[in-house]
Amino acid sequence: MLDLIWLILFLGGILVGALTGKIELVTGTFFSGANEGVKVCLDLIGLMTLWLGMLEIAKQSGLITFIARCMRPLTGILFPGVPPEHPALGAIIMNISANILGLGNAATPFGLKAMEELQKINPDPSTASDAMCTFLALNTSCLTLIPATIIGVRVAAGSSNPTEIVAPTIIATGLSMVIIIIIDILWRTLLRPWYRRFKRC
Amino acid sequence: MLELILAKISNWAIPVLFCVFLLLGWARRLPVYETFIQGAAEGFQIAVRIIPYLVAMFVAIKVFRVSGAMDMLARLCAPVLGILGAPPEVLPLALMRPLSGSSALGIATELVKTYGPDSFIGRLASVMQGTTDTTFFVLTIYFGSVGIKKYRHALALGLIADLTGLLLSIFLCNLIFK
Repeated sequence: MLDLIWLILFLGGILVGALTGKIELVTGTFFSGANEGVKVCLDLIGLMTLWLGMLEIAKQSGLITFIARCMRPLTGILFPGVPPEHPALGAIIMNISANILGLGNAATPFGLKAMEELQKINPDPSTASDAMCTFLALNTSCLTLIPATIIGVRVAAGSSNPTEIVAPTIIATGLSMVIIIIIDILWRTLLRPWYRRFKRC
Repeated sequence: MLELILAKISNWAIPVLFCVFLLLGWARRLPVYETFIQGAAEGFQIAVRIIPYLVAMFVAIKVFRVSGAMDMLARLCAPVLGILGAPPEVLPLALMRPLSGSSALGIATELVKTYGPDSFIGRLASVMQGTTDTTFFVLTIYFGSVGIKKYRHALALGLIADLTGLLLSIFLCNLIFK
């Protein structure tokens, strides 16, 4: 599926560019796009280093394990494949909390740490585990209490009530998070076993 | 009032969190400075490991947008959105949101400025921006950082999440702001 989307983006872009006479623009975009990708990574280096340092202190002082233990009833349902008190769970909870509070800068380092920990207990290192899929589903559908960036945009544009969009955002993100959790659990427990049996027949 | 408190939380959260980490480490008699360095050492490798994934995604997405293919797709999909009760102007935002955070924010900012933050389009664009996530970006760097190549059902779940978020924001905006 990823292959297909990537091919459509790449080939579709080149084709449309060629047909509409924008091929020089496309050529230029290859280089600027590649540069942009590296620039995002460069921005991430400092942030990652700072947060991973802080996270190590939190981990060695036992805070991460403590948080993981408190959330066990919830993580037990969502991540049945991850042993209780595994450091991955602590990092996952920190990532989701950062997302809920709208702290994008903090969320990424926690998330990457969580992936690293989940990879340690992944039986096939080139394929995503169930826990990874659940984690990323939570991450992308996450409840947002403070859409800080867009409130800033609205303030700058002179809105008479810049925060009026907060309530619908909270309702929409909360609902979509619940829906995604249900779909993920249904897929793991019911639909996938059926699908596999069907394929074997 | 509640919104003011929420805005304060996001400013205070990180300094408070750092204080908690440091004080707790100190109370547990950890060598805090050494421990920080030990953890921080991994930061560079993790960040650099995701470069190939980022470049692959950014180039493909930018080419698709700059060539005008994105606008073409938007024009094709516009009637579907009309049925759901969303003006066609927000479609480029809906299509761009899962692919690229910065481009989507650019589009949302433009919509808010052009149509006014208190117009229906401005409000809908704001809610959409806050509701959906850059699924491809997140998947690319999270999986890339540990070298996962087969995403299994993660991509489908992420895209369903974006679609649900999109539909819910259209529905709620029509309910509240119309």
